[in-house]
Amino acid sequence: MGETAAVALSEVSIAFRLADGGAYEAVQSATLNVEDGEFVAIVGPTGCGKTTLLNVAAGLFPPSHGRAEIFGAGLDGLNGQAGYLFQQEALFPWKTALENVAIGLEVAGTPRTEARYRAQDWLTRVGLGAFAERYPHMLSGGQRKRVGLAQVLIRDPKILLMDEPFGPLDAQTRQIMGNLLLELWSADRKAVMFVTHDLEEAIALSDRVVIMSAGPSARIMGDWRVPLPRPRDIAEVKLERAFHELHREIWQALKDEVMKGYAQTGGG
Amino acid sequence: MPSRPTLIALQLLVAVVAIAIWHVFSTVPIFGAKLLPPFFFSTPTDVASRIVKWFVEGTIWKHLWITLLEATLAFVIGSVAGVLIGFWFARKPLINAIFDPYVKMMNALPRVVLAPIFALWLGLGIWSKVALGVTLVFFIVFFNVYQGVKEVSPTVLANARMLGMSERQLMRHVYWPSALSWMFSSLHTSVGFAVVGAVVGEYLGSAAGLGYIIQQAEGTFDVAGVFAGMFVLAAFVIVIDGCVTLIEKRLLVWRPVAAETRTT
Repeated sequence: MGETAAVALSEVSIAFRLADGGAYEAVQSATLNVEDGEFVAIVGPTGCGKTTLLNVAAGLFPPSHGRAEIFGAGLDGLNGQAGYLFQQEALFPWKTALENVAIGLEVAGTPRTEARYRAQDWLTRVGLGAFAERYPHMLSGGQRKRVGLAQVLIRDPKILLMDEPFGPLDAQTRQIMGNLLLELWSADRKAVMFVTHDLEEAIALSDRVVIMSAGPSARIMGDWRVPLPRPRDIAEVKLERAFHELHREIWQALKDEVMKGYAQTGGG
Repeated sequence: MPSRPTLIALQLLVAVVAIAIWHVFSTVPIFGAKLLPPFFFSTPTDVASRIVKWFVEGTIWKHLWITLLEATLAFVIGSVAGVLIGFWFARKPLINAIFDPYVKMMNALPRVVLAPIFALWLGLGIWSKVALGVTLVFFIVFFNVYQGVKEVSPTVLANARMLGMSERQLMRHVYWPSALSWMFSSLHTSVGFAVVGAVVGEYLGSAAGLGYIIQQAEGTFDVAGVFAGMFVLAAFVIVIDGCVTLIEKRLLVWRPVAAETRTT
């Protein structure tokens, strides 16, 4: 493992220009390092700019101020070393599950037969070996997220960016997906930035939990190490004493911000 | 909803009742007068025998073939032009902004008024009909392809870029399939308009085709011929529409069908 961080955001501010000519500052002066092989969860109330921060790390959105570095090199344009699992539906609806997973390799020049062969292997790893010929609309929400995971991981990115990837799923499916993610991640420990509004999920999955304040001008307001041993089982780890203590500690800090966030968005 | 055989039986019943009413009112005098005088309304038997005669003698095939050829050419040329130009406009906002008022102007023009001009330019053969059909098909395909390119989900687009797609690969794997799916969703409309273009063109001046035989019959007050021509035309359109449905099912397998229960 190298000395340089996989993702280093230093004093990143992000402002949007509004239609009326004013500016909306979503994130203010955020500094965050994610080491290689580290699983960092970013938690914050609704509308605090978590996704915006992730988009900066992905290179989808340039910061207005500050600097983003990927393995020590300044980020200019898209982050080619990152895989991004989106919150919304991002699969290509006109491609089968197999084609969706294989496409990342195919566009990089891997011969089609080999790409498809490896895609089939990845589908099996996420438990969808028998669903290769299904189109996205024929799959359930959880199955689509599995395809999405395989689609991203097949390219073997060094950094994994995840934006509330299990948000729309039901509680049981989330747990299963969380365990699947940990299992896949532990095989080759990529750096992970995992955005969520679910504190329990954040603690159960990650090595570090970063808390963001309510927007606008959201800041990073806390950073906790998660002292739980690995490998973990999401359901079981939630029963441990250390989990509860950490949860209580972080929640104390987060509670006020959540209330502030609600007040600003009118409770929505 | 009733089962399929019941539904078909009910649908046939509607036709039978309608034809029976037509038959009774056009042949049986009520209070000394026929409500539907055969001179204006013909009779079902006359119309049926006319249709049978056309098919037995084989004269109709040539007209059907001409109309089919015109509609097909109009559809193919209009679609290809619509896809290419729709794609181009969607990817080049400046081009779109400049030509936008002209596109709207041309689309707002009732196409029938163009028929005499096309006849003047292209003669009375099939090409003046093809041109009329093209002006109808082109705009439907053009607007749909334009929309298809514009409406690509930003998340899917961001995902494609994060997966390492170049601009050309985005075209091939994202914009193109999206545009085509919108075009296929308007397939019924555009094929229908291709036929309309052909028939209207024939009606206004030609020497062959379904529009021509209807127009000829009208010119000689041959009402049975007019009705026979309309029935053949209706059947022709239904057969083509059925073919479009089959093609659509094959091409759009990836699309969810709202009203259909899936066996997954």
